Amino acid sequence: MRSRKKREAWNGYLFLLPSLIGTCGFVLFPFLDVVRRSFLQASGRGFTGFENYRLVLENEAFRLAAGNTARFMLICLPVLLFLSLLMAVLVNGLVHRRNLVKTGFLLPMAIPAASVVVFFQMVFDKEGWLNRLLEAFGGKGSDWLRGNSAFWVLVTCYIWKNLGYDMILWLAGLVSVKEEQYEAARVQGAGPWACFWYITLPQLKETAFVTGLLSFVNAFRVFREAYLLAGDYPHESIYMLQHLFNNWFVNLDIQKMTAAAVMLVILTGGILGAKEWKGKCRENHS
Amino acid sequence: MRKSGKASAGKTIVKVTVRIILAIFLAVMLFPLFMILSDSFMGRQELMETCGAALADYEGEVQLRILPQYPTLRAYVRLLFDSPEYFTAFWNSMLQTVLVAAGQLLAAVPAAWAFARFRFPGRRILWFFYMLLMILPFQVTMVSGYLVLNAAGLIDTRAAVVLPGMFSTLPVFILQKTFAGLPDEVIEAAQIDGAGAFRIFVNIGIPLGMPGIFSIMILGFLEFWNTIEQPMTYLKTEALKPLSLYLPQMVKEEPGAAFAASVVTMLPALLLFFGGQESLERGIALSGVEDGENV
Repeated sequence: MRSRKKREAWNGYLFLLPSLIGTCGFVLFPFLDVVRRSFLQASGRGFTGFENYRLVLENEAFRLAAGNTARFMLICLPVLLFLSLLMAVLVNGLVHRRNLVKTGFLLPMAIPAASVVVFFQMVFDKEGWLNRLLEAFGGKGSDWLRGNSAFWVLVTCYIWKNLGYDMILWLAGLVSVKEEQYEAARVQGAGPWACFWYITLPQLKETAFVTGLLSFVNAFRVFREAYLLAGDYPHESIYMLQHLFNNWFVNLDIQKMTAAAVMLVILTGGILGAKEWKGKCRENHS
Repeated sequence: MRKSGKASAGKTIVKVTVRIILAIFLAVMLFPLFMILSDSFMGRQELMETCGAALADYEGEVQLRILPQYPTLRAYVRLLFDSPEYFTAFWNSMLQTVLVAAGQLLAAVPAAWAFARFRFPGRRILWFFYMLLMILPFQVTMVSGYLVLNAAGLIDTRAAVVLPGMFSTLPVFILQKTFAGLPDEVIEAAQIDGAGAFRIFVNIGIPLGMPGIFSIMILGFLEFWNTIEQPMTYLKTEALKPLSLYLPQMVKEEPGAAFAASVVTMLPALLLFFGGQESLERGIALSGVEDGENV
C-alpha cells in the first residue's frame, strides 16, 4: 500500500516536471534574485534595508497607478460579472438561435487589440464619430481619450471583450443546476425570482470564484488597449501599474521595480492564500 | 381560462423583451467588427473622408458612413504588393504563436494531468504557486524574466517571447478541471487491466480531455497572436516584431491600408475561432463547473 502511494507521487512529479522546470527557471528562481535586489542599492552592492520600499510607497506615480488599477478593478469586475450573469440567464432561457447568440458574444475575443484600437479611435477621437454625433444634435464634443473619460472608454473596452467568455462560464454553472430542484420549488409555489435567488445563486458559488478570478487575470490585459490608444504616458486617469512598471523598466529603474514587484506578489499571494486557507477550513469542517 | 390567457400574454411580453435586449447587446458587440470590415473595402479618398481626421492628420471632418459608396479591393491589393514589412510581421506573429501553443501543449497538458489525477507531497502548495503565477500580470514578473533571458543571451531573439510563454500557468488552471472531471471508473478499469500511468494518460486522458485541450490551444493562440507586452519588452529589432506591434504603426503611417491590414490580421484568429468554437465553448464551460474533486 505504501509503495503504491509512493509510486503515485513519483508519477505525479514526472508529469509535472516539464512545466515545473520552466516555471522555476523563468519565474521562481529569478524572482528570488528580485527579492534580493529589492534590498540593495542601485549599484547592486550595498544593503539598504527597506529603503527601496519606502521610495516606492512615497512615489507619487506609484500611488496614482495603484489607485487607478484598484479603481479599475473595483468598477469593472462587478459590472462585468453582473452583466455577463444577466446575459447568461437570458440566453439560457432561449430555445432557438442559442448558438448564434453565443458566437456573437464570444467573437470580440478573437479581434486583435490593434484593430479594436482603430475602432475606438474612430469613435472617441476629438475628430471622431461620437463628437460629430453630439454636434449634430447641438451638443458639445470633447477629447474623450485625453480626459477623465478615457477611464470609461477603457472600462467599455474591457467589458466588450470579456462579456462572452464570462457568459459561457456562467452558462455552464446555470446548466449544472438540477431541473428537479426547480420543479420541487415551483410545486411549493416559488416564483422565478425566488427560484433564482434560493436555488440558482447558491449553487453558482464555485462558478463565481472561477469567473471572478479569470476576469481579474484578463483585466490586467486591458493594458494592451490602453497602451495602443494612448502610449507610454496616457491621461492620468488611465495611468496604471502596468504603465508604471513599463516606464520604470525603460528607464532602468530596477530598484523600484523589484521592490514594487515583491510587494504586489505578497499582496496577491496573501489574498489568494486567505481564500485557499478558508476553503481548507471549510473542507475540514464538513 | 382568463387568468391563464393573461399569464401567457405576460410570458410573451417577457420573451419579446428578452429577445430585444439580446439583439441590442449583440448589435453593440458586433458593430466594431462590422465597421472594420466595411472600411477595409473603401478607397483611399473615401476612407480619408470617413475617418482620416480621427486617425491621421487629414484636414476636414469625419463622416458617418456605414457602408462604402464605392467598394474596392484596392487596399488589399496595396497590402499584398506594397508592404513587405507587413508580411514579415505576419510571419513573426505566426511563428511566435504556433511555437508558444505547441510548447504549452507539451508543458501544460501533463502538468494539468498531474494536478488532477495524482496525490503527491507539496501538491497543494505547488497549485497555489501556479495560481499565483497565473494571476500576476506580466509586468510584475518582467524583471525576473529579463534577468534570466539576459543571462542566457536571449534578449532580442524570438526565444525571449516564446520560451516564457510556453510555461504560462493559465492553461494548467483551465485544463485541470477538465481532467479532474473525467469519470474515475474508466481510469480504474484501465489500472486493473495493468495499464501504466503514461499509457493511461495517452490513451484515456488525452482523448477524453480533447475539448479542454483544444480550448487551451485556441485561447493560447488568441492570447499570443494579440500579445504586445512581451515583444515590446524583450524585442528591439524591427524585423522581429509581430503584427500586434506593427499594426498600430501602420495605422499612423498608412491609414489607407490599415483596415485591410486589420482584417488580414484577424483572419487566422477568426478562422481558428469558428473552426474550434464548439470545443472552445465546452472547454471554457468545463473550467467553470464544480466537478470532481477540488485541489
